[in-house]
Amino acid sequence: MKATSSGSAIVTLPADNQILVTREFDAPADLVFKALTTPELVKQWWGANRGAVTLCEIDLRVGGRWRYVMDAANGMEVGFHGEYREIVPNERLVHTEAFEGAPDPDANASVVTTELAEHDGRTTMTVLMEFPSREIRDAVIATGMESGMQESYDALEEVAASLR
Amino acid sequence: MARAATTTDAFNAVAEPRRREILDLLAGNELSVNEIVEALGLAQPQVSKHLRVLREVGVVDVRADGRRRLYRTNGQALKPIHDWVKGYEQFWSDRFGALDAVLEELKEQEDANEGNE
Repeated sequence: MKATSSGSAIVTLPADNQILVTREFDAPADLVFKALTTPELVKQWWGANRGAVTLCEIDLRVGGRWRYVMDAANGMEVGFHGEYREIVPNERLVHTEAFEGAPDPDANASVVTTELAEHDGRTTMTVLMEFPSREIRDAVIATGMESGMQESYDALEEVAASLR
Repeated sequence: MARAATTTDAFNAVAEPRRREILDLLAGNELSVNEIVEALGLAQPQVSKHLRVLREVGVVDVRADGRRRLYRTNGQALKPIHDWVKGYEQFWSDRFGALDAVLEELKEQEDANEGNE
């Protein structure tokens, strides 16, 4: 665990319709980009301890679509989809992200800009989520507040163990 | 549900970058408007305006000290925001922890491939 851990994610709210997540990885940018854009790899990390990723489709070209479906621990299927807007391999990825459980998912979709900056073989990743309005971002925050703290450490340990 | 409304207000107040700077400055410090103006290099009316917003949602308190008015953060009002950010950070940390494991495997594969060449 120690060797791979690069610290915790840092969350900030740069503007009232945005959420920014920053994290450093102990790997070069090309590998991080590969893990972000290869379906078999996304399946291994995207669900984290929340559930198994049962579907992962990536059409990696501008205008191409993506769709992920997770089987959440409570038996619910959670789907997300969107479209790629900008692709700069190993550096920058811009895509839309719609949560299929929300009313009118596409109208309420966020624009997610992922940037990778490599330095000495390590990579800092920033994920900027821009929502159509403050209200939608706050709704996402409110949802997170209800479910966010109910994480089971047992589940986390199980996933971590299975990835070893 | 009243809690959610207050939380949302506080979120909006805190989301503005300048106001976050002011909150950072006030964390553990009691300061006057002038001291904040000096530390951040902003115009006094701008600082006063931000402080008013922060006071309205209750994340900043003020008290009189002689002729000065001293501002400080209200930990209790900031707690819902802090809790949410921590919870959300935990979610991303879990996800990125799994990504770390994937990256370790990719690095090992690369090393193995290089060894074969």
